[in-house]
Amino acid sequence: MENIVTISNISKTYAGGHQALKNLSLDIKRGEILALLGPNGAGKTTLISIICGIVNATEGSITVNGHDIVSDFRTTRRMIGLVPQELTLGAFDKVINTLRFSRGLFGKKPNPSYLEQLLRSLSLWDKRHAEIMTLSGGMKRRVLIAKALAHEPVVLFLDEPTAGVDVELRKEMWTLIRRLRESGVTIILTTHYIEEAEEIADRVGVINRGELLLLDAKHSIMHKLGKKQLHIELKLPVKTVPEILSDWHLELSANGSRLNYTYDPHNTHIDIVGLLDALDAAGLQLKDISTSQRTLEDIFVSLVNETT
Amino acid sequence: MNLHAIKVIYKFEMLRAWETLLQSFASPVISTSLYFVVFGSAIGSRIQQIDGVPYGTFIVPGLMMLALLTQSTANASFGIFLPKFTGTIYEIMSAPISFIEIVIGYVGAAATKSFIIGLIILATAGFFVPLEIAHPFWMMSFLILTCISFSLFGFIIGLWANNFEKLQLIPLLVITPLVFLGGSFYSIEMLPAPWQSVSLFNPVVYLISGFRWSFFEVADVSIGLSLTMILLFMAACLFVVWWMFKTGYRMKK
Repeated sequence: MENIVTISNISKTYAGGHQALKNLSLDIKRGEILALLGPNGAGKTTLISIICGIVNATEGSITVNGHDIVSDFRTTRRMIGLVPQELTLGAFDKVINTLRFSRGLFGKKPNPSYLEQLLRSLSLWDKRHAEIMTLSGGMKRRVLIAKALAHEPVVLFLDEPTAGVDVELRKEMWTLIRRLRESGVTIILTTHYIEEAEEIADRVGVINRGELLLLDAKHSIMHKLGKKQLHIELKLPVKTVPEILSDWHLELSANGSRLNYTYDPHNTHIDIVGLLDALDAAGLQLKDISTSQRTLEDIFVSLVNETT
Repeated sequence: MNLHAIKVIYKFEMLRAWETLLQSFASPVISTSLYFVVFGSAIGSRIQQIDGVPYGTFIVPGLMMLALLTQSTANASFGIFLPKFTGTIYEIMSAPISFIEIVIGYVGAAATKSFIIGLIILATAGFFVPLEIAHPFWMMSFLILTCISFSLFGFIIGLWANNFEKLQLIPLLVITPLVFLGGSFYSIEMLPAPWQSVSLFNPVVYLISGFRWSFFEVADVSIGLSLTMILLFMAACLFVVWWMFKTGYRMKK
């Protein structure tokens, strides 16, 4: 897949001296959903703001579809839509008027049928003449998405699209994002909900302290880092792991009543039966056995912890 | 040039004025009428004529200037301050639009509103005093130039202000006193000599003088000087706005 956005060695130091981004490089592929994960203050919003022209980079360059975002800003900005994190809308504006405004602002001539189709797809058509302050939080967020899509962008940035929304609306958003991707829009979303990235992203990037710690296909990350654990509950607790089991690198937990065995599920040499035999040979009596998969959240937490 | 963007900004701002019609247009008319009652009737009965012009008629250009300067500044400053305050400025900042297009949209709408208010005040004045305009072309030129340049000034205030107090600070503490002391209701020749010299440092004197000349052919300073001053003021405002956008002053981090 070809790249639609190329970010090369971007750094950003704010006037107060805070370095929000440190020499960050990243390629975004056409038609993908890329989730940028990171804790608050990681630099996700700064990165998006630079691409969209709201914040100036201190160093580095960015191209969108081969066009530089500074020297050819008119071309790049026409291709980009931005849904900000905050519900920044004019309280007294009518829904349809704010959409017409957004479309015109990005240099597109009026197209009432497109706006109607857009509003219908977001279940906002009935509210087109409503003042924004009369809408619910979920509807306001959809209005922001409609505004970002009003000029038919090919790249859409969603900054924390489901922050503070209920589970039902979050799932609606995910459906909408998938639908947009199917229509050919490249989507970049920032989130600190791991579940969100796990659910909808094709690729996941982890940002912390202005650095890109990891960027890979979601399934590849899970494949590489998504280890499994076998939990062995013991009938009688032990103080230490018996010497005979040292080759298995077991961890003791739950006050000595549980042994944990971490393994790579893709490793064909894993011998669970052999482990059970070794436990038997060590004279340990088993009460229960269960397994758990390391989630994207675990991977994220360990990555972030490694850098802090 | 992104003409669609200019059009939507202009329309959006004009729509806001239309939706607050009473506040936008009726309030200046009421204020002007009250000025006529207070200054025209109460003081006018004691000052018969200035430079051969009846006092009530003499104050019309000054009254128009008072409204134009305050309205232009208020309209333009609020127009750009509001999206900054609500956060919707992100959309302007991320749009494929240059500073000059943003300025044309916002300042154009603010200047249009002030221009309409100026004409309404002129028509209102016609109900109170007899009016004749000696140089209609120059009157319109001064009217338009004043609307544009003070809307530009208001735009700068709107970009500079980061709270409502600052938004009001310059109009209340600078513009209003300058207009009152700039010969709106008198000729500066009526002042003692030292104060006449001091008044010449007030830029509004040149605006009111030139505007009054277009009505009655009487002026405190030459028409050429008035015109030069207003064009210089406009150029200075444009330069400041350009610099603010270039550096992202109080807009970009």
